[in-house]
Amino acid sequence: MDIFAPLEALANWLTFDVIGLAHGSAFGEALAFFLYDVPKILLMLATIVFVVAIVRSFFPPEKTRAYLSNTRLYVGNVLAAMFGVVTPFCSCSAVPLFIGFVESGVPLGVTFSFLVASPMVNEVALVLLLGMFGWKIAALYLVAGLTVAIVSGIIIGKLGLEHLVEEYVYGIRVGEGVIEELTWRDRTTYAKGYVAEIVGKVWPYVVVGIAIGGFMHGFLPEDLLVRYAGPGNPFAVPVAVLLGVPLYSNAAGVIPIVSVLVDKGMAMGTVLAFMMAVVALSLPEMIILRKVIKPKLIGIFIAINAVGIIAVGYLFNAVL
Amino acid sequence: MRIKILGSGCTKCNLLEKAARESVQRLGLEADIEHVTDFVEIMAFGVMTTPALVIDEQVCLSGRIPSAEELDRILGGASTTGSGGCSCGGRCC
Repeated sequence: MDIFAPLEALANWLTFDVIGLAHGSAFGEALAFFLYDVPKILLMLATIVFVVAIVRSFFPPEKTRAYLSNTRLYVGNVLAAMFGVVTPFCSCSAVPLFIGFVESGVPLGVTFSFLVASPMVNEVALVLLLGMFGWKIAALYLVAGLTVAIVSGIIIGKLGLEHLVEEYVYGIRVGEGVIEELTWRDRTTYAKGYVAEIVGKVWPYVVVGIAIGGFMHGFLPEDLLVRYAGPGNPFAVPVAVLLGVPLYSNAAGVIPIVSVLVDKGMAMGTVLAFMMAVVALSLPEMIILRKVIKPKLIGIFIAINAVGIIAVGYLFNAVL
Repeated sequence: MRIKILGSGCTKCNLLEKAARESVQRLGLEADIEHVTDFVEIMAFGVMTTPALVIDEQVCLSGRIPSAEELDRILGGASTTGSGGCSCGGRCC
């Protein structure tokens, strides 16, 4: 049974009975879609972000670092990508995190697997994909994101690029960190605060995105984008990735728009590649990382990721 | 007492500095507050997630912005013990 059925009934009742729009009219359907989807996505977001925050409170970066130090290539990369999903991370912390990892003996390639997975596979992206495209697409995104993170890290590890880290990083002495001992009360307080922060930040994007999505759905022709961005155009994926890299936006802003693109004929692989490029390759993070790694390594990092993401796009276009 | 805010100058770090100043004023404490942005010094404290709050060279909080009440408790506790560091019943550090 669909647990959101009461919400749908309520949205229909408001649209067609209270406001009195006709069933099947473009405006009525768009409004019903909007009234149903906004509370649905926000509820899902609040619930999943809460659960993720509780899980995350068990994986502070200090602990993750301890698990990853002295791991080897392959196994280390797989672990790092998975930890990247559950360890709380914001791009402001990228530099101390990078130094902390490298100093405690986490191999460079493994560190990069973490740095790729962490922003790419985030809970907001997963919730929105789940809400708009269903669990299969969300699961595919998760697996593809982890794969790109693991493979990019392995390649960077294999290339032996340790000399492209700024020299002073290796000279930094890292102090003994303290891990806060949290009680369950602390964890729930943290999780509630995190929900308030995330939902407080993304709800306008979700509302505007769904509104645009809902109305474009009714008013634009179905096959508008098929010619340019459909599965038949081999250039669509690289172009989407190139467009995505300089766009720095949170997943919440992108996904509702992206759902319209899909609706109008853009191929799913192209869409997922675009989204990955937007969230994983962010310009501000690169600028911050420039403090600890040389421009050449930043270039290699972006290039490897971009190629990986493009490959994912083609693969999905071929499979889906 | 000496309060240090460790951070890269991001929004959250500035918010923590502002909150700390407000709390110091509310509690009427004598404190100088310094915003540390040098990564070498930040790393010396073993902090991996910014922003972090350091009182008399001891890390009290990292990676989050506490509520005003929690901040008052931490700073208030640290000022009464006098021996430096934060003493908030072992809950914060």
